[in-house]
Amino acid sequence: MSRVTKFAGRDPGPAARVAGFIAHLRQNGLRLGVAEADVALAALTHVNAIRPDDARRALRAVCTGCKEEAERFDDLFDGFWMDMGRVKQKVIPKQTATANDDVHSSRDAQGEDAGASGSATAPDAEGGEADSDGTGKLIATRQRNLNRRDLRDLVRPEEIAEAEAVARRLGAALRDRRSRRRIAARRGDRLHFRKTIRQSLATGGEPLRLLRKKRPDRTRKIVALCDVSGSMSVYAQVFLAFLAGLLRADTAADAYLFHTRLVRITEALRDKDAMRAIGRMSLMADGFGGGSRIGPSLMRFADTYAKRFVDGRSVVLILSDGYDTEPPAQIDEALAKLRKRGCKIIWLNPLKGWADYAPVAEGMAAALPHLAAFKAANTLADLAALEAELASL
Amino acid sequence: MTYRALQEDMAACGYVASDDLAVALQLALSLGRPLLLEGAAGVGKTEVARTLATVKDTALIRLQCYEGLDAAQAIYEWNYQRQLLTIRAASEAGETGKTVEERIFSREFLLERPLLAAITQDVAPVLLIDEIDRADEEFEAYLLEILSDFQISIPELGTITATTRPIVILTSNGTRDLSDALRRRCLYTYVEYPDRATELAILRARCPEVEARLADQIVGFVQKLREEELEKTPGVAEMLDFAAALMGLGIADLTDDPAILQSTLTTLLKTQSDQAQITSEVAGRIAGKAA
Repeated sequence: MSRVTKFAGRDPGPAARVAGFIAHLRQNGLRLGVAEADVALAALTHVNAIRPDDARRALRAVCTGCKEEAERFDDLFDGFWMDMGRVKQKVIPKQTATANDDVHSSRDAQGEDAGASGSATAPDAEGGEADSDGTGKLIATRQRNLNRRDLRDLVRPEEIAEAEAVARRLGAALRDRRSRRRIAARRGDRLHFRKTIRQSLATGGEPLRLLRKKRPDRTRKIVALCDVSGSMSVYAQVFLAFLAGLLRADTAADAYLFHTRLVRITEALRDKDAMRAIGRMSLMADGFGGGSRIGPSLMRFADTYAKRFVDGRSVVLILSDGYDTEPPAQIDEALAKLRKRGCKIIWLNPLKGWADYAPVAEGMAAALPHLAAFKAANTLADLAALEAELASL
Repeated sequence: MTYRALQEDMAACGYVASDDLAVALQLALSLGRPLLLEGAAGVGKTEVARTLATVKDTALIRLQCYEGLDAAQAIYEWNYQRQLLTIRAASEAGETGKTVEERIFSREFLLERPLLAAITQDVAPVLLIDEIDRADEEFEAYLLEILSDFQISIPELGTITATTRPIVILTSNGTRDLSDALRRRCLYTYVEYPDRATELAILRARCPEVEARLADQIVGFVQKLREEELEKTPGVAEMLDFAAALMGLGIADLTDDPAILQSTLTTLLKTQSDQAQITSEVAGRIAGKAA
């Protein structure tokens, strides 16, 4: 049987299908505008669109914009165009069912939007299977929906606003004082007299171009890695708000979640709408509240993203309780590798706030020698109180 | 032009392009949109532009981005020295101010930098904007206007509209995130390290004198080496250097002499810790596995 999706006879045609596909990508978090649908359609006329592989390649070039999107694209493409020959019920995006099932919070009813009977907002039949054979879209069953946490239930908009203020202050504290020396700059506050005169020699002593200098901003970049494994889920509310606030307050900041694997959430959290950003993050945080593999996650970070985003002017914030299911040597090795990049590592452990806490967890003990600071953080107030300490790093 | 034809043309020039890349390039050509190539260092992003220029038999104009790159270095600049000499000469000849002014702010006194040069060519050139992630965000924003309208306004002279629309290739190593605005205006392809068959084809195309068995060993060795924990993974260019080094030393089989193999690894391993990690035993083991 061909895997290619069969479209219904009443389907308006290729333009609507492409529009439907763009809507499908948009639902899945790709940021695509109206113009992209136009370009996608134009692109298909330049390749042999009958061949699925060519169409796939053309659409991938048009619709993706970064590595992560390019990696996800194949699944999304298959989901829409390669639905094992099933007739696609819904091609044109409808106002009533635009949101993705996976992003619905518990406030909305869950349901399948492709069953022949019933609508997206009506409860589905027992067992979560399609009503009739061959016309259903394969989606997750109710069981799986329950397993997946919607992070929007955990975080409130006010908290994000509050966290944003805290993050802004922390960021300001981490950016160390500006240098006394002045360096040449395009838009400096003073004239760079020596350079101006020197360059004026080329124009016979006429200072045609006035060169400037300024005190350089020695910004520190914050990279936050947040543990969202089961043992950390009680603190998730604070930390997720903090991450959302951090990325909104600081355009250079970078954020990751890890449980049994590592996910970069910077792109998702940069969304202008804070709650939508958290919603998009829920999609990525599949596995939230599960086991923790801190060592391998940190190692993966050191081997991949850190090479691109961490340098001597970065501060790596790790928000975790240090309970790792993997051997502690891995944490040790990963942090040593990270430190070699010249960054400062700060570990915020919610357990440290407890009266008789000692870092006896093997993972935590292994991490200690590499840390520039090891602090407690349970609430936003705790995070705010770190300001003074971080400023002295 | 189908992408297969483009792929064959590029292969004739020594560049083996994957299907994904070929389709993206073909679309960039037919839709007239810039193409953003991302990928690790050494996968052959810059080479794409160079080959495309050869295939299209047109000029390659390259703008290497760096921190602090500004409009004067990327777009245009007035030739101050020449303007000044003209003023001096004019004042001796007794010319009036107005005519001199008109003269010194003409195309004659304009120094074309890569972007202006790219839009004023008779034949559409390939414009390579290399490592765009190294440039400042403000420069990236400046680029948006040029990439969408292909025109440049010079206050003293007016707007210069493109005579031809250049084929634009942007590359990025991902040292920082690029803006959404830039990404939206470009087609996008992530360039991976080539798979074994592709890499072998590249080696064949570039160094046809390497004997088949050795070529297979070389590619196998480099592919296995990429799986090791290295600080700097060797790229395609390094693989070609490695092959050249082996040819130069007259080695016919990688497994023959671990000591000589170790000495040629300087072409592949570019940091001290990587060199320390791949000892001659490790290299011998990898060569044995690859053979």
